[in-house]
Amino acid sequence: MTRSPETSHVMSASDMDRALTRIAHEIVESHRGVEGLVLLGIPRRGTVLARRLGERLARIDPSFDAELSTGSLDITLYRDDLRSHGARTPEPTKIPATGIDGATVVLVDDVLYSGRTVRAALDALQALGRPAVVRLAVLVDRGHRELPIRSDHVGKNLPTSREERVSVQLQEVDGVARDEEAVVIQRGLSSASPAGER
Amino acid sequence: MTAPPTSATPTSSYLIQGAQPYGEEPQDLLILDARIAAVGDQASAEAQRLATEEGLEVTRIDAAGLIILPGMVDLHTHLREPGREDAETVETGSRAAAKGGFTAVHAMANSSPVADTAGVVEQVHRLGRASGWTEVYPVGAVTVGLAGEKLAELGAMAESSAKVRMFSDDGMCVHNPVLMRRALEYVKTVDGFIAQHAQEPLLTEGAQMNEGDVSAVLGLSGWPAVAEESIIARDVLLAQHVGSRLHICHVSTAGSVEIIRWAKQRGIDVTAEVTPHHLLLTDELVRGYDPVYKVNPPLRTSADVEALRAGLADGTIDVIGTDHAPHPTQAKECEWSSAAMGMTGLETALSVVMETMISTGLMSWRRFAEVTSITPARIYRHAEQGRPLQPGEPANLILVDPRATQTVDPQAHASKGRNSPFSGMTLPGSVRATFLHGHPVVLEGELNTPLTDRQVPA
Amino acid sequence: MRHLLSTADLSHAQALSILDTAEEMAAVSTREVKKLPTLRGRTVVNLFFEDSTRTRISFEAAAKRLSADVMNFSAKGSSVSKGESLKDTVQTLEAIGADAIVMRHWASGAAAQLAASNWTDCAVINAGDGTHEHPTQALLDALTLRRGWAAARSEDPRGMDLTGMRVLIVGDILHSRVARSNIWLLRTLGADVGLVAPATLLPVGVEKWPVSVYYSLDEALGSGPDSGPDAIMMLRVQAERMGGAYFPTAAEYTRRWGLTDERLRRLESHRGAAGQKPMILHPGPMNRGVEISAAAADSPMNQVLDQVSHGVSVRMAVLHLLLSSSERNPV
Repeated sequence: MTRSPETSHVMSASDMDRALTRIAHEIVESHRGVEGLVLLGIPRRGTVLARRLGERLARIDPSFDAELSTGSLDITLYRDDLRSHGARTPEPTKIPATGIDGATVVLVDDVLYSGRTVRAALDALQALGRPAVVRLAVLVDRGHRELPIRSDHVGKNLPTSREERVSVQLQEVDGVARDEEAVVIQRGLSSASPAGER
Repeated sequence: MTAPPTSATPTSSYLIQGAQPYGEEPQDLLILDARIAAVGDQASAEAQRLATEEGLEVTRIDAAGLIILPGMVDLHTHLREPGREDAETVETGSRAAAKGGFTAVHAMANSSPVADTAGVVEQVHRLGRASGWTEVYPVGAVTVGLAGEKLAELGAMAESSAKVRMFSDDGMCVHNPVLMRRALEYVKTVDGFIAQHAQEPLLTEGAQMNEGDVSAVLGLSGWPAVAEESIIARDVLLAQHVGSRLHICHVSTAGSVEIIRWAKQRGIDVTAEVTPHHLLLTDELVRGYDPVYKVNPPLRTSADVEALRAGLADGTIDVIGTDHAPHPTQAKECEWSSAAMGMTGLETALSVVMETMISTGLMSWRRFAEVTSITPARIYRHAEQGRPLQPGEPANLILVDPRATQTVDPQAHASKGRNSPFSGMTLPGSVRATFLHGHPVVLEGELNTPLTDRQVPA
Repeated sequence: MRHLLSTADLSHAQALSILDTAEEMAAVSTREVKKLPTLRGRTVVNLFFEDSTRTRISFEAAAKRLSADVMNFSAKGSSVSKGESLKDTVQTLEAIGADAIVMRHWASGAAAQLAASNWTDCAVINAGDGTHEHPTQALLDALTLRRGWAAARSEDPRGMDLTGMRVLIVGDILHSRVARSNIWLLRTLGADVGLVAPATLLPVGVEKWPVSVYYSLDEALGSGPDSGPDAIMMLRVQAERMGGAYFPTAAEYTRRWGLTDERLRRLESHRGAAGQKPMILHPGPMNRGVEISAAAADSPMNQVLDQVSHGVSVRMAVLHLLLSSSERNPV
């Protein structure tokens, strides 16, 4: 992976693995177990991270059925900024067959930024059922919230400026090798938030 | 059609300097009242003489770089009056004709009421004379009301002050073979000819555009070439059988050109006409469903366009006829299938023919004069149109700037019709002056004054 | 993509995008809350110059499920003077503040003319124009075919096209907007298309289309159990056509080009590459006993009812893709 003078790595692949492991333990601890837990990743990188979290939860407590209780929640049709980002084809939404009523839903995403994605996710959840509790787990929190939204579990807090762009590079989405996955900051770009970031 | 009386004292004179007759060597030409008085070196000498000896003011026109041609004669125009004055009147259509370089137009009979009686043709003729921008010759209908059932009073129309010699149901086809035979026979008695709009009605019911690859995709009902060709094939054989003259309006297909070529080779007395739009435009333009391209006969394929150009160049097709068909805006600003058929053409004819035939090297200016003036005049047997640019001949002539280009803007046209398919196109050539019986109705490319104080027959 | 006028305008990527979005829209229809906020505050007008309750209701349901406001305007051609109606009607709707016009019209090309005019800034969706095109019908047919194709392979339809699928379209091709839209879309999606009709009901120039042409339905159905089509689309035969000498009698038409009980039996014995039975499609409404026998109409191979539900999903997808990112020009 080439490093330009404007790019810096803030998390390596092993940093990311450790963060996810810690988050998994936090989730089990605050929920006091795994019963009724549902992980819903926000496509596309959130679903990858949700799956990895699910695997870790299952290792911590084998009564967590990762296959059954991990899914995805596409929020394309609930965004409030469709006009500036263009109409995209929605990704699949897959929730457990048992539904989410009364469950503890943990939304999983790669980067938390303005908070609009999470707001859209809360709207999307409303149409699917009535969870008992909704929590948020993100790999990176880069600040600059535009809505009163906070994350319950964070991999790394990253102070950034609006001119910077934070990307999480994952094998399944970005095609990098597993040990070359990283969280990267790029400087010197316009402050307009690209479609991938929230 | 008489020119204004030559008074004992000549009253107007124009010396056109340095124009190129038929695009050939430049020479001067002197007009005196309604006639060409002199050409070449003698022209300026005579002009001098007139000025000094007779005290006549000779207007000099610097025509360097311009081409001088006999005034164009359109055998196929729709002036819409009487009945559809919202679309055009004889006055506005005449102005358009003058601007387009036409010193004579033949007004088709599909007005309302139809021009199938002496009364209507005389009315149109009178209106033309009163307007004074171009000569208007009414065409008489072949059948009463264009209904294709009964012959109209061809004799009465021929004997009227309009002296009709050309008869056509244009807009409609004389499709009944027996009636067409009778018309071809009867018209011999008035020394006239029938001009056929070739369209077999049963094969073209509800037709919207050429039947072909484009209509298949667009879902518009097709107008097959065979509906035109089969009528032409029938009519040339009928004309041969009864020994009559036949003129085919707006030929539009390659097959029609071949049939006419065959007929002429057999010595059949048939003449044929093509419109400027059929020399340039194809049915591909219909893909956008813009009704400005809706016309009858329809725009055809590029193979047809090629065959029409070749036919005009080699003489199979004799003349250009504009089929100028103005329509009010609302008739073209609606669904394709509801829209009227027709395109304007008087003010763009010269440029389109130049673009398709002269710029492509298919035709010289001499041949241009033949197909736009000399031959149409001969077909109608005009005495005062399509004549040589020689002393003693009537001064019905035009000055053309071959190096000019203009972008077609229908809003600026003299015709009421805005339905020009050439809108926005940049085309070569422009008419700088039109002389009608020696009077400039168009000067500097703009309308000047009409020819007035002419005797209107009782 | 600003308008949807013809399936010939859709690229492979655009077509897949619509179908994949439609899959998500279909999922919404199975939830308790069958609504999405995507088009809240937008106004969709159904401008129907021809009767069609089914299509209109389908578009209405689609718009409402996206939380759009819907207005229905029925302007049958005979009562409104032709020519003035289209322009003036559309400009009135523009003044009311419509964002999209879904138009069904009796004149071929009406939707294209509307989109090209300066009478409106709205997105224009062609809901059927004369005998020209009916793009959302073709899209819902494609969605139906794709689901069947995917199900036979136990695959997820998302992202799939129709490569290798053999589809027959039978009936009055000449006058069918459904046929035209289907042919272009099926070809874009990689299907093999065969047309079956008497020569009188095929357009001049069809030999240049990227299709196989059969005059005989029996020949098109093939000789063996694995040589038939994967799907057969029956077009409605209109009684009006019988007056134009396109075919001698309805009985002869049915014998030669109808999906009779005998041909139904042949279809039932066909098996595709994945062992599946052929699908029967019909744009509706069916003329039982003419182009399709009652047994074929009720056969489990017939997708007619699924086509209807797919219609709402596809129309939701189209409305979303055309409207969600459009900006109305500020006045």
